[in-house]
Amino acid sequence: MAELSVKDIIKPENLVYEKTKLMTDKTLSYCPGCGHGTAHRLTMEVIEELGKENDTIGVAPVGCSVLAYEFMNVDMQEAAHGRAPALATAIKRLWPGKVVFTYQGDGDLAAIGTAETIHACNRGENIVMIFVNNGIYGMTGGQMAPTTMIGMKTSTSPYGRDAALNGHPLKITELIAQLPGTTYVTRQAVHTPAAARKAKRALKKAFEQQINGVPGTTFIEIVSNCNSGWKMTPNDANNWMEENMFPFYPLGDIKVDGKLIESK
Amino acid sequence: MTEEIIIAGFGGQGVLSMGKILAYSGIMQDQEVSWMPSYGPEMRGGTANVTVIVSDERISSPTLTFYDTAIILNQQSMDKFEETVKPGGVLLYDPNGISKHPSRTDITIYKIEGAKIAADMGNTKIFNMVVLGAYLKVKPIVKLENVIKGLKKSLPERYHKLIPLNEDAITMGMKNVIN
Amino acid sequence: MGELKLMKGNEALAEAAIRAGADGYFGYPITPQSEVIEYLMAEKPYERTGMVVLQAESEVASINMLYGGGGTGKKVMTSSSSPGISLMQEGISYLAGAEIPCVVANVVRGGPGLGDIQPAQSDYFQSVKGGGHGDYRLPTLAPSSVQEMSDFVPIAFDLAFKYRTPVLIVSDGLIGQMMEKVELFDQMPRLTDEEVFEKYPWATNGKPKGGERRIITSLDLDPHKLEKHNHKLQAKYKEITDNEVRYELIDADDAEYLFVAYGSSARIAQKSLKLAREKGIKVGLLRIITLWPFASEIINEFTEKGIKGFLSVEMSAGQMVEDIKLAVNGRTKVEHFGRLGGVIHSPEEVVEALEQKIIGG
Ligand SMILES: Cc1ncc(C[n+]2csc(CCOP(=O)(O)OP(=O)(O)O)c2C)c(N)n1
Ligand code: SF4
Ligand SMILES: [Mg+2]
Repeated sequence: MAELSVKDIIKPENLVYEKTKLMTDKTLSYCPGCGHGTAHRLTMEVIEELGKENDTIGVAPVGCSVLAYEFMNVDMQEAAHGRAPALATAIKRLWPGKVVFTYQGDGDLAAIGTAETIHACNRGENIVMIFVNNGIYGMTGGQMAPTTMIGMKTSTSPYGRDAALNGHPLKITELIAQLPGTTYVTRQAVHTPAAARKAKRALKKAFEQQINGVPGTTFIEIVSNCNSGWKMTPNDANNWMEENMFPFYPLGDIKVDGKLIESK
Repeated sequence: MTEEIIIAGFGGQGVLSMGKILAYSGIMQDQEVSWMPSYGPEMRGGTANVTVIVSDERISSPTLTFYDTAIILNQQSMDKFEETVKPGGVLLYDPNGISKHPSRTDITIYKIEGAKIAADMGNTKIFNMVVLGAYLKVKPIVKLENVIKGLKKSLPERYHKLIPLNEDAITMGMKNVIN
Repeated sequence: MGELKLMKGNEALAEAAIRAGADGYFGYPITPQSEVIEYLMAEKPYERTGMVVLQAESEVASINMLYGGGGTGKKVMTSSSSPGISLMQEGISYLAGAEIPCVVANVVRGGPGLGDIQPAQSDYFQSVKGGGHGDYRLPTLAPSSVQEMSDFVPIAFDLAFKYRTPVLIVSDGLIGQMMEKVELFDQMPRLTDEEVFEKYPWATNGKPKGGERRIITSLDLDPHKLEKHNHKLQAKYKEITDNEVRYELIDADDAEYLFVAYGSSARIAQKSLKLAREKGIKVGLLRIITLWPFASEIINEFTEKGIKGFLSVEMSAGQMVEDIKLAVNGRTKVEHFGRLGGVIHSPEEVVEALEQKIIGG
C-alpha cells in the first residue's frame, strides 16, 4: 500500500466532519467531556442548516455557558442570572420575524429564574428554550442545584441531597409541559453520537416551529454531565448519568404539537 | 385670580368628578388647573377629597393647608376641613347628614340642599352637579358655557345625552344656594 | 399648540411613551403608578403605533425585558414605584454595564420596605448614587408637573440613545396621581426595523450579512479589559455631567436665600416662596431638574455671590442636601427640612423652617 500523506487525507472528498461556521474559532472554555460544547454545536448547526444566521438572536445565561456568546457566531445577549426568558420575551415581541432562543443551565432556569421560565412558557412566548440540566451548579464549583438527585453529594449537600432538608429534585420540564403555552417539550441527551443526533432533530423541530410561526414555546431539556462538579472522569460521569439520571429524567418527547405524550 | 378649593365627602358622592369638571372648565377658559385627590388608605372609611386649584398663573403647590373655599358633603369632612378655610373664605355645605353645623364667624357659610334637590329631580347621581351650581353662584370663577364644554370633554360620547340634565342640575344649584 | 388635556401624571407619562414613538412598555402593577400600564392597556398602542405593551410577572422580569428589547435597539420603557424599583436594581446595573438605552420611571412612595403608598422622595440616593452594584451613574430627570411627566419622556429617550444608558424619570405619588392641564406633543414616528438596524450598529437584531456578530454583555472576566470598559463609562458620565445639567431658577435674582427642591417639593416650595416674600423674606427657588448630573455649578455660583443660605426641601430624611453640601463645601449655610414616610410638607412649615434653620439659626 502506498503511503498516505497528510495532503491526501485533507482532500475535500475525504472530509467526514466540518465545524459549522456558526461556531467561532475560539477554544471552548468547557471541561473536556462536558456536554455544553456539544449542545452549543448542535444548536448552531441547526441555525446554519435553517439558513437563519442573520436572523437569529440568542440569549446566554449565567452559568458555565455564560460565555456562550464567545462561541456562538450569531447576535447574542448575555442575561443576568435566570433572566434569559424575560430578555427573549421582549426581543421576540419587538422582532417577531427573528429567531430567538435562550440557552440556560438548571440553576439559571429552574432556581433563580423559575418565575421567568414559567411565565414565558405560560404566555407561550414564541421562542426556543434550551435547558442544559447537569444536576449541579457547575460554574460556581459544584453546589446543589434544584435538579440534583437525592443522595447526590455536592459542596452544599456534602452528605448527599436529603429531601427533608433540600426538597426533591425538580422536574421543571414536566412542570412546564403542563402549561398550555408550550407546544413542544422534549428531553434529550448529547453524550453519545446517537443521542446527539436525536437531540439535533429535536432542536431542528423546535426552531422550525418558530420559523413557521407555530404558536407557543418550544422547550428542549438536555440531560448532561458535569464531570468536574460531580468529581468523576468524563467516562464515569456519563455512566453515572445513564444509571442515575435517566431513570429519573427519562429521555424522549413529553409534549408534541401541544399534546402531552400519554406514557409520561 | 387664583381659587384654591377643597371638595370633601363620601366616595360615591361624585366628589372627584365634580373637581374634575371644575378643572376641565378652567382649561376651557385658558386657565391653569390642578386636581389632587386623596388616594389609598386615606380613602378608607369611604371619605374622598380633592384639592382643585384654578388660576391665571402657574400653580405652585397642588396640596394646601388652607383654602379659599371648602365644599363639604359629610360630617367627617366638616370636622376636618372647617378649620382650613382662610379667613374671609367660603364654606359651602349640604346640611343633609350634618349633625354639627359650621360655627365660624370669620368666613361666609352657604348651604345647598343638594341631596334633596337631586332626589326631587329624580336622579341622585346629579347631586354633585347641584352642588357645583351652588358653588358657581357663590364664586363664578368659570362660565357656565365652559362647564358644559368641560363636561363634553370629560364625559365619554355615550353620556353626552345626559349633558342637558347636568345643566339643569347646575341651574337648580345656582337658584337654591342659601346664605 | 398641541392637544390640551386634563390628565393624571401617570396617564401623561403613558401617553407620552406612545407619542414619543416607544416600541415597547413592560411593567408590573404597583400603587401609585398602576395607571401607567392601565392607561396603556386601555389605549391599545399596538393599534395606534404598533407599540408592544406587556404586563410582566415581576419587576425583575420587566427590567430584564428592557435589557432584551433595548439590546436590540428598540425604544423600551418601564415604570414602577419604590419597592418595584428596588427589585430592578440588579437589572439596572446590567443595563448600565451593557450600555443599553431605556427609560425607567419611578413614581416614588414612602419607605423603607413596603412603606406606604403616599408620595415621598426618599429614593434619591438609590437613583443617583448607584442603587445597583458597580461604578455607574444614571441621568435622572425629576418632573414637577403633569406637563413635565409628558415632556420628559422624549427627552429621556433622547438622552438614553445619545449616551447609550438607562435614564431614570423620578417623580412621586403626588405628581403621578394629580391631574393638571397638559399640552400633548404630536405623535413622533416609531423607527422601522430597517431604520433601527441602520441607526444602531451595536444592537443585536440579527447579524449583518457579511458582517460581524454583535454582543450585548456586561461581562469581562479580564480585569484590565473591564477597567478599560469602566474608564469608557466614566468618560461618558463626564460628558453627561458637562452637558446635561438641568435646573430652573425662580425669583432668584434678588434672593438672599434659596430653597433647593425638586419634583413635588419644588411645587410646595414655590408656594412657600410666595408666602415668605409676602413677609418680606427675599428667598428664591433653585428647582433641580436633573438629580444627576447635579446642578453643583450654579450652587457654587450662588455661594460665590454670597447667598446667605440654602434650605433643601425634600420629602426625605435629607438626601439631596448632601450634594448641595458638596457643592457649597462649607462656604455658606446649608440645612435640610424634610417630611418622611409619605407626609407632604405644608407650604407654611417650609417658611418656618427657613426662618428657624437658616435666617435665625
Ligand atoms: C444574582 C446572582 N446570584 C448568584 C450568582 C452566582 N452564580 C453564577 S452561575 C451560578 C449557578 C449556575 O448553575 P447552572 O445554571 O446549573 O449552570 P451550569 O454552570 O451548571 O451550567 C451561580 C449561583 C450570580 N452570578 N448572580
Ligand atoms: S464545570 Fe461542569 S458544566 Fe461546567 S464546563 Fe465543567 S463539566 Fe461542564
Ligand atoms: Mg447546572
